[in-house]
Amino acid sequence: MSSRWRESLKVMRTRTWSPSPLFAPDEPPAGSPPDEPFMRPAGSIPDPAPAMEAGSGDVVVLVGTTKGLFALTAGPDRRGWVRSGPWFPGEEIAAATLDTRGGRNRLLAGAMSWHFGPSVYTSDDLGGTWHEPEPSTLRFPTDTGASVARVWQLVPAADEAPGVVYAGVEPAALFRSDDGGDSFSLVRELWDHPHREQWQPGGGGLCLHTIVPDPTGGPRMGIAVSAAGFYRTLDGTTWEAANKGILPPFLPPPEPEFGQCVHKVAQHPARPDTLFVQHHWGVYRSDDFGGTWTEVGEQGGLPSTFGFPIVVDPNDPDTAYVIPLKSDFFRCAAEGKLRVYRTTDGGGTWAPSGTGLPDDDAYLSVLRDGFDTDGLAPAGLYLGTRTGEVFGSPDGGETWSELTRHLPPVLCVKATVLA
Amino acid sequence: MTVSVRLAETLRPHAGGAAHVELDLDAGSSVVEVLDALDAALPAVGRRVRDESGAVRRHVNVFVGSDNVRDLDGLASVVPAGVEVSVIPAVSGG
Repeated sequence: MSSRWRESLKVMRTRTWSPSPLFAPDEPPAGSPPDEPFMRPAGSIPDPAPAMEAGSGDVVVLVGTTKGLFALTAGPDRRGWVRSGPWFPGEEIAAATLDTRGGRNRLLAGAMSWHFGPSVYTSDDLGGTWHEPEPSTLRFPTDTGASVARVWQLVPAADEAPGVVYAGVEPAALFRSDDGGDSFSLVRELWDHPHREQWQPGGGGLCLHTIVPDPTGGPRMGIAVSAAGFYRTLDGTTWEAANKGILPPFLPPPEPEFGQCVHKVAQHPARPDTLFVQHHWGVYRSDDFGGTWTEVGEQGGLPSTFGFPIVVDPNDPDTAYVIPLKSDFFRCAAEGKLRVYRTTDGGGTWAPSGTGLPDDDAYLSVLRDGFDTDGLAPAGLYLGTRTGEVFGSPDGGETWSELTRHLPPVLCVKATVLA
Repeated sequence: MTVSVRLAETLRPHAGGAAHVELDLDAGSSVVEVLDALDAALPAVGRRVRDESGAVRRHVNVFVGSDNVRDLDGLASVVPAGVEVSVIPAVSGG
């Protein structure tokens, strides 16, 4: 007799069930297939990792990978990093965030099991325990005929909108939570946009990968979809394509209203009208929240205007960072050197920042969410590569060091100071 | 009739550790009715088996006895009395 058969739940059609298992017969019922498909060596499914050890004022760098969620923690000096995890071993973590609003430290992770699909988990004890809302509400209404394939983005709104968290998913759609990520509802106004039926997927799928909430808590916000471009709402209800001036080299003229492949959008909260975009080719700036865009990478000294992430320095709205890749057909660090380029004049000029990154035959690449800043002064910068390294700089990019290595391919990096 | 649904090891954490779920259904019920009942009883398991459109996830297989329902009548396949339904992840992953 096998102990595998000892645990069973008896569920009646009343839709209630007891947490106390009712034991089934020791032998499988007639007609059962052989039991081998259920057998795995003991320990083949890792136990969940314990909570990370960190306190108020410490920096947490969440690292989502193709095989689980990790975290790096350090004090405000941002030295002596300690690695924690993995949580959700074996699952892809394309979105993760640490919501510190209201003095509560809540982790949110968008996980995707290749077998069992996507889910959003929350933890209020730094990863010691994770909660998955029941029933899940990050799901499309039945009338849409759609189903969530992956969670690409989890973004808390401004302090003035406590509890509001946005989720961007594939297929491209925006969901909103008003309870910190416990439940979500589809933002219908965007889903019903007449352009949506014409949106074409990029290489990563038709995903809503970027969310730019109003930092003052107002109704204005922006989103980006690959490959549909940047969309904005000024009143919180009406959405419009906002790509004027962004020239996609993969579409014939005239300049299209939408269809751009915006890879990432960055905004400084103190100057919310100004946005920076890393496009499929081209780095752009807007000073009217996407009303018009001007290319700022071509003439400014970038070795390539192709890349994925872009971040703005938390201490200066004119300072931004990009990681140039050679091209769309060779998505590796330009010139075999992994370099972060920095502008301190709003995109007028760009120069490679600092030392310490691999610069000799370094064919690395960084995905759109693989780069972030921690909000401290000077800014801490963190980037994760598709080859599992995480590099960090505690001084706005002047010096870099490898914080960890040998992780699975990094999908997202999110740095936050613990409340 | 009582239909026994056997859960793969990787689904059991979402069923309180149970290997079997026993569902009380009408005789002649189909697989979709079994999965509806499973979803109602254990939504965390149910949504791992099917997405919100009702489709069985691509890398999950559902068996009636030893037959994959994809080789039968899909979700309309009838579950004979006394035959177990098994939910097993397919060979997949990267």
